[in-house]
Amino acid sequence: MPEIKVTPLGAGQDVGRSCILVSIGGKNIMLDCGMHMGYNDDRRFPDFSYITQNGRLTEFLDCVIISHFHLDHCGALPYMSEMVGYDGPIYMTHPTKAICPILLEDFRKITVDKKGETNFFTSQMIKDCMKKVVPLNLHQTVQVDDELEIKAYYAGHVLGAAMVQIKVGSESVVYTGDYNMTPDRHLGAAWIDKCRPDILISESTYATTIRDSKRCRERDFLKKVHETVERGGKVLIPVFALGRAQELCILLETFWERMNLKAPIYFSTGLTEKANHYYKLFITWTNQKIRKTFVQRNMFEFKHIKAFDRSYADNPGPMVVFATPGMLHAGQSLQIFKKWAGNEKNMVIMPGYCVQGTVGHKLLSGQKKLEMEGRTTLEVKLQVEYMSFSAHADAKGIMQLIRMAEPRNVMLVHGEAKKMEFLKDKIEQEFTGISCFMPANGETTTIPTNPSVPVDISLNLLKREAAFGGPLPDPKKPRTMHGTLIMKDSSLRLVSPEQALKELDLNEHQLRFTCRVQLQDPYSDTDTLSRVYNHLKSVLKGYTVQHLPDGTVMVESIVLKVSSSAEDPNTKVVLLSWSYQDEDLGSFLSSLLRKGLPP
Amino acid sequence: MKLYCLSGHPTLPCNVLKFKSTTIMLDCGLDTTSVLHFLPLPLVHSPRLSKLPGWISKDGAVSLEKELKECAGRVFVDSLPEFCPPERELLDLSTIDVILISNYHCMMALPYITEHTGFTGTVYATEPTLQIGRLLMEELVNFMERVPKAQSATCWKNKEIQRLLPGPVKEAVEVWTWRRCYSMQEVNSALSKVQLVGYSQKVELFGAVQVTPLSSGYSLGSSNWIIQSHYEKVSYVSGSSLLTTHPQPMDQSSLKNSDVLILTGLTQIPTANPDGMLGEFCSNLAMTIRAGGNVLVPCYSSGVIYDLLECLYQFIDSANLGSTPFYFISPVANSSLEFSQIFAEWLCQNKQSKVYLPEPPFPHAELIQTNKLKHYPGIHGDFSNEFRQPCVVFTGHPSLRFGDVVHFMELWGKSSLNTVIFTEPDFSYLDALAPYQPLAMKCVYCPIDTRLNFHQVAKLLKEVQPLHVVCPEQYTQPPPTQSHRSDLMLELQPPPMPYRRCSVLGLPFRRRYERIQLLPELAKSLVPSEIKPGISVATVSAVLHTKDNKHVLQPPPKPAPVPPSKKRKRVVEEPPELVTPKPLLSGAVPLEPFLALLHKHGITEVKVEDTPDGHILHLQAEDTLIQLEEDGTHIVCDSNEPLRATLRDLVLRFLQKL
Repeated sequence: MPEIKVTPLGAGQDVGRSCILVSIGGKNIMLDCGMHMGYNDDRRFPDFSYITQNGRLTEFLDCVIISHFHLDHCGALPYMSEMVGYDGPIYMTHPTKAICPILLEDFRKITVDKKGETNFFTSQMIKDCMKKVVPLNLHQTVQVDDELEIKAYYAGHVLGAAMVQIKVGSESVVYTGDYNMTPDRHLGAAWIDKCRPDILISESTYATTIRDSKRCRERDFLKKVHETVERGGKVLIPVFALGRAQELCILLETFWERMNLKAPIYFSTGLTEKANHYYKLFITWTNQKIRKTFVQRNMFEFKHIKAFDRSYADNPGPMVVFATPGMLHAGQSLQIFKKWAGNEKNMVIMPGYCVQGTVGHKLLSGQKKLEMEGRTTLEVKLQVEYMSFSAHADAKGIMQLIRMAEPRNVMLVHGEAKKMEFLKDKIEQEFTGISCFMPANGETTTIPTNPSVPVDISLNLLKREAAFGGPLPDPKKPRTMHGTLIMKDSSLRLVSPEQALKELDLNEHQLRFTCRVQLQDPYSDTDTLSRVYNHLKSVLKGYTVQHLPDGTVMVESIVLKVSSSAEDPNTKVVLLSWSYQDEDLGSFLSSLLRKGLPP
Repeated sequence: MKLYCLSGHPTLPCNVLKFKSTTIMLDCGLDTTSVLHFLPLPLVHSPRLSKLPGWISKDGAVSLEKELKECAGRVFVDSLPEFCPPERELLDLSTIDVILISNYHCMMALPYITEHTGFTGTVYATEPTLQIGRLLMEELVNFMERVPKAQSATCWKNKEIQRLLPGPVKEAVEVWTWRRCYSMQEVNSALSKVQLVGYSQKVELFGAVQVTPLSSGYSLGSSNWIIQSHYEKVSYVSGSSLLTTHPQPMDQSSLKNSDVLILTGLTQIPTANPDGMLGEFCSNLAMTIRAGGNVLVPCYSSGVIYDLLECLYQFIDSANLGSTPFYFISPVANSSLEFSQIFAEWLCQNKQSKVYLPEPPFPHAELIQTNKLKHYPGIHGDFSNEFRQPCVVFTGHPSLRFGDVVHFMELWGKSSLNTVIFTEPDFSYLDALAPYQPLAMKCVYCPIDTRLNFHQVAKLLKEVQPLHVVCPEQYTQPPPTQSHRSDLMLELQPPPMPYRRCSVLGLPFRRRYERIQLLPELAKSLVPSEIKPGISVATVSAVLHTKDNKHVLQPPPKPAPVPPSKKRKRVVEEPPELVTPKPLLSGAVPLEPFLALLHKHGITEVKVEDTPDGHILHLQAEDTLIQLEEDGTHIVCDSNEPLRATLRDLVLRFLQKL
């Protein structure tokens, strides 16, 4: 029985280091290759030794697909391709291909240059890795080899994020990566057609959340920022350079303009301008409104938002600072946080999800005293606000996507086990017939598939059959059609039996039966024939029964003749003759006549 | 399978393919050469044009002074210019299911087809094709609407009168089908029917046919199309290019194994080498500027202009043109320049890699930034304040009949210092210039047409090996002006099938097979038997289900459960269902083994009689005859039904079922 196997190496009942192995139709695919922000040791990367103990992965994988540029989805890529060893194709969209190496380089710098780790991938390795990348366009069907094809769909979430459909023959898997079902200020909503995959592998970050409307959240956010700035406080918004940052910038930019505010807004890293430039060049990946107006006004050219310099953090007076990274686990955002944490006038707004182990996560769980490196503790006095701006689908969105794609099975990844449990129940309740899985890392889920067998049917046979069915076939009375399946090499052809004989150069063997049935019937031959005719006509409803002028009766293609016996004129002999093809009817007729005619 | 040809213009095609149950329109080209018969539409009042004499026939019998004007020996229609849209009478346009667009030049007739015809289908195009196509349509509408002309001349179209007219107007064909330009509302409505597609995207049409756009290398988002079912493949090749310009290279290999290849959109100037023309363009431009003259480049707002600007970007400094202003004037100039920068996915590799840096893919961004290139929506407003001479002006329309170019022709035409350089190949430059004669300005003809030439197409066809080629009749003979150049035509074996406007071609196609799916339960129940080495057969009895043009075979319904014994007696009297004919048989029944088998089943008294064709077996105890022949067996058995059934089964053991 054909089956599909799915094994998460990361993101199984967890958020971070997304990496999912899929075996389908004899092909092995790796979906995402991410790192875990919560760890600084081996657990940072997926455990590739699961695939093979000794060495390179090239011969075990047919392709690698990266859904988007977030490091928890691509952070382990250079390690996997250059240090473990993989030379096959890596697929990602153009924006991902453009932005991913920048974030990888950033990640490398923080890890190696700042933390002083060795045995990490180098800049050259990032470059070599990117050379193996094949860009993917939306909706383009990419033929990885003769059998394996992949197709990308728009996922929202961040610039260039994609969902992918993986297909071998009639079996298919859809992997969503991270997605967003509601359009935001800069991106559109995820969309997929009714592709009915065998499995839909969906993220479930917000499995239990049903978020209130985006507008409310935006209003809330602006109100909080505004209030803090009004009372002279400083607002820190930890973000990742690309993604949410642009959405929030658009939001603040328009708000500042409308309210004519003067407090400065800064964006911390040197990446900003570059990042915004990517958005300008990949404007076709943003939402409809931005795309429509970009010639008149490019939304990614900000008037109020300026570049940040380290020294500004100590400036007096209110300000708003966007700083990276988003989970306060390192870098500039953490530095600024340390400076501002002691003042209750200030505020930090966490606009996205924080992985366990990060400062961001500790803050959100309400810790007021943070242990920092070097055994110092930091007292948190500033206000901590959480605003779910990260563009993940919520429970409603996930259900909506399931309704869109109509999968046979659903698998949840990229979420917390408890929340998944809840969503799993909900999915199985709402969609009868859909099984839902939530494997842990290293746990394999096997899903049997039941592919139908494609066959070439001769058009003559198909048309003949369609003609029998009439314009509106009766669903209650299905007609059985007959054909001969010719199997030669790998081709399967279904033709009419006659054509099969001809094609295979076989002679037809006629098998005929003749049967004489004696009847006691004291009438003339012609009268007996009429009686036979009437009898058959009344019994065989739905059959063609004909009384022919040449003194025979025909039932379909079976001929009946009547003659008198030489000895006894009252004994009549009915001669029946039929071919093997009419065996059922012929046999029935001879038995019927043997019982005699009704008076 | 049939092909209906609605346009006679080989590079602005409009064909309709009927394939399986679908009706597919391939491109929607608008023949605009008709505007050459009209007087130019000046933006500002032109005393010269308004003073042109009206036309009166030589004998004075026919006078159409109001409608027709004479200029330098030729006659022009003084009316809003009209276009020649695709034929509307050949088939009912409301029956068209989909329209496939190959590039933005080939969609200009869309509103004539999708509006006011009952069309309810979908148009498929790539995103650049849609966006730039929209700009070109917007520009056209703008050109027409900003110079309203009250007069609409129709008398000259009268056959009797047209016959008497001189020169090219007399030869104009189909003049009654000519139409005025559409409105912006119609453009918007037509374009709202477009569904976007990406290269290599497989689009299913009604489950019957799959269509796929492929990169054609000619312009941003330009595509060729594959129209195929599981067994038949039609390739539609329209405007394609093998030269390295800005678009993604042409996908040639996907065109392989076509049953029919429809070939349109070859180069219109087969004798000119685009690279050479580009060089000539630059040197003429530099020469004129150095001599203190102005250069006018009539062009479309998208396409070759990007390459011209890129070429100039490299050329400006070396030619010392750093201080010369370059103007690009069009209502859509800004949009066109901006849009060109955001379609990285559709560009050639080295432009694509620029975006990763991130830098704009086209260098005209830098020309604009450094103020070397300025763009304006029209000659009024800002432009008139900043206009400096000598300068270079890129503006439309290349027919010289409407748009800002008319103004510059009137302005610069009288001085021999100035030069007009024609780069677009769609219009004969002599015809375009005719209503401006006499002209002192220099005219240079550097047509740049990057589409396939005959040499390239011959190589391509050799490579992809289609069974049949269909093409416009113009490609099957040398151009009329160069009738000795037999290299400027398609020579193929078998010869291509030519078409012209209003042709209906039956395409040489025999469909034999269709894809059907056997449900796994049915597939499992089949019993294959090897009939010849390597060939197995299995008889299939199944129920056919067809939905959305997809066919599925399901196992036949299980026979109704055996009714309780009480009713059993009646069952015999029920005639068998009229559904199951038995399979055909093949093979022969060999005498000796058959006798042995009979013996085994207790039939021992068999008398064998030889006949010319075989044997007759007389089963004496049972009073039954079996006639065995090479291709038939006949069992004559009168009243013993169980015996007959046994004999039947024994015979069947030797035979194969099909």
